Amino acid sequence: MPYRANMMVCAGTGCVSNHSLELKQALEEEIQKRGLTDEVQVVPTGCNGFCGAGPIVVVQPDGIFYQLLKVKDIPYLVEEHLLKGRPVPRLMYVPPEEKTPIPKMNDIGFFKGQMLVALRNRGMIDPENIDDYIARDGYRSLAKVLTTMTPDEVIGVIKASGLRGRGGGGFPTGIKWESCKKAEGDIKYVICNADEGDPGAFMDRSIIEGDPHSVLEGMAIGAYAIGVSQGYIYVRIEYPLAIQRFRIALKQARDYGLLGDNIFGTGFSFDVDIRRGAGAFVCGESTALMASVEGRPGEPRAKYIHTVEHGLWNRPTCLNNVETWATVPVIILRGVEWFTSIGTGDVSQNPWGGSKGTKVFSLAGKINNTGLVEVPMGITLREMIYDVGGGIPKGRKFKAVQTGGPSGGFLPTELLDLQVDYEQLTEAGSMMGSGGMVVMDEDNCMVDMAKYFLTFTQDESCGKCTPCREGTLQMLEILKRICEGKGVPEDIQLLEDLSHFVIDASLCALGGSAPNPVLTSLRYFRDEYITHIRDKKCPAHICRDLNVYTIDPELCLVKGHGCGVCRRQCPDSAIVGEKNQVHNIDQELCKKCGVCLDVCKFDAVKVA
Amino acid sequence: MPKLNLEDLDKISEWRRRTTMLREGAGRAKVTVHMGTCGIAAGARKIMDALLRLVEENDVKDVILTTSGCAGLCSREPMATVELVNEAPVKYVDLTEEKIGAIFREHVLGGRPVLEYALALGSERTQ
Repeated sequence: MPYRANMMVCAGTGCVSNHSLELKQALEEEIQKRGLTDEVQVVPTGCNGFCGAGPIVVVQPDGIFYQLLKVKDIPYLVEEHLLKGRPVPRLMYVPPEEKTPIPKMNDIGFFKGQMLVALRNRGMIDPENIDDYIARDGYRSLAKVLTTMTPDEVIGVIKASGLRGRGGGGFPTGIKWESCKKAEGDIKYVICNADEGDPGAFMDRSIIEGDPHSVLEGMAIGAYAIGVSQGYIYVRIEYPLAIQRFRIALKQARDYGLLGDNIFGTGFSFDVDIRRGAGAFVCGESTALMASVEGRPGEPRAKYIHTVEHGLWNRPTCLNNVETWATVPVIILRGVEWFTSIGTGDVSQNPWGGSKGTKVFSLAGKINNTGLVEVPMGITLREMIYDVGGGIPKGRKFKAVQTGGPSGGFLPTELLDLQVDYEQLTEAGSMMGSGGMVVMDEDNCMVDMAKYFLTFTQDESCGKCTPCREGTLQMLEILKRICEGKGVPEDIQLLEDLSHFVIDASLCALGGSAPNPVLTSLRYFRDEYITHIRDKKCPAHICRDLNVYTIDPELCLVKGHGCGVCRRQCPDSAIVGEKNQVHNIDQELCKKCGVCLDVCKFDAVKVA
Repeated sequence: MPKLNLEDLDKISEWRRRTTMLREGAGRAKVTVHMGTCGIAAGARKIMDALLRLVEENDVKDVILTTSGCAGLCSREPMATVELVNEAPVKYVDLTEEKIGAIFREHVLGGRPVLEYALALGSERTQ
């Protein structure tokens, strides 16, 4: 029997953490109770990207989007929507500052502005069912290249498409494949880099969890083009669901003979194994990653030895990121012309000439629609933040956006109309990176943010290169000093000098990009540093040591009637005052913890 | 021998598409059975069952069956709306299992609206 409705339950990590699997079970039970088992199918899907609205259920064929569901909503939802055909408005998405719910998924701003290529099967298939993938043209590109194209033709297509590495480097994929094919050696490898380490980034995890076969198919196509029979997936052990989905996908693909010997009877053989990493940030770097696969400590090596010639076990190795691999099958199927029609620049002469296709970003920080989005290259930051991201919460003012993960730069309001592509982001002092996007508003202190991200990269430095290991540590000390009000005017120049030194003298991109947040905050928000150093003030009142807390006597007396809550809560007994009288803060005793500000209901506590 | 050849891939794809097509909402035809309280009371359930059976028996792969609430004309229930791609939707009223069978054969499969059971041509469009 055919089904008349599919309930697509999001089973990405975000929604699962919000009990979507319990929801799925409740749905199935309720559907059975109502005798609808034969007509309504419950399908677990990968991440829909709109994690802030999870757990999510989309009812197809009408595309009705339900959000923030609870198990107790299920009986009513089944009765109304599935039995009586009446969608339930109170479970639908309502845009911030509005009252009318939006029933359809594709009408919601967050989804409307997106263009799905790498995430093409997002929410449409059961990631644990290979048939679902095949039904949506899965493994058709592999069949096409194996039966109708030579390896050189495949490389030609990827080169002409202008596809560039989605993991951060932006190196043209076709050129990498070509170099690896030309490299001498009879045994070669392809690797999928799934060691996604940027805090708050989950592009790769989402692709693996939602559509693992797209990655495997891309790897098989690359393997055929380069002449490889063994591939590895390097994935961090912190991604248990992704690993599980990969394992299931590998087994299914092997059972169908889509991996293994003599695929489609063409004589081409290829298989993939999983290697789990312990979750070191530096292992996302290609040479460190390969060292880790080999079982050595994950440390990078000098770049003049190319991994396409001397990579894994010193053999020619082609490493691409999850998103890059997942994009490959679509390019093969839909062609160069279609792919190059999306994005910026002109790649007809050389693949460095532009940024083509789409890119997946994870939106985080001070933004209404937190989640995962895929947009065409060349979209402006403004469209990204205000149209797709739904703007800044609570009507606050935008201050900066960091692109490219913890070592990306901060871009200010003046650059909101910047187009998101490899060249323009680099020119502005930031980078595409793997696609993290953290939005900051007026309540964020840029010195503090630089300190925050440098703390991460400093901590993750593997320690091999002294400039990265010691340089970032010294930079961090200076930033801490500035935030404590102990900065001196020379610190700014010192920070800049150290930054350039760390960038120039480190082997890998970790040291080569770690100072970016510092450099861009100095470039675009220098006045904040000066205020911290010269006036010993933090304009956003984030650096607590620089804050001075006082009590407005009038508000305290007239509105609060000297309630005394602050006095009782102050851990340092720094607040004095009789009940029903004006209270005061003794600046000598005040440790600037800010509790009084938090507990005062009458806004009488002021911070300057 | 390879485990899977190109024809097998096609077969799996075609067989499975019947389910996944529903999720894309993009069939050649869409039949909506109006299942509000009035529709259910008047026997919409039987119409839905009949349609599900017809799709199964005829091995149809490009038709989407779905439900909606009350269409507003409770006295003429059970009702169903047939939409073919690029054609105006047709609302059918006072349905029985026999009537929906004829509509399925003539209109859904044959492309010719069954005027004698139709309420109106080109009514409001659902998406």
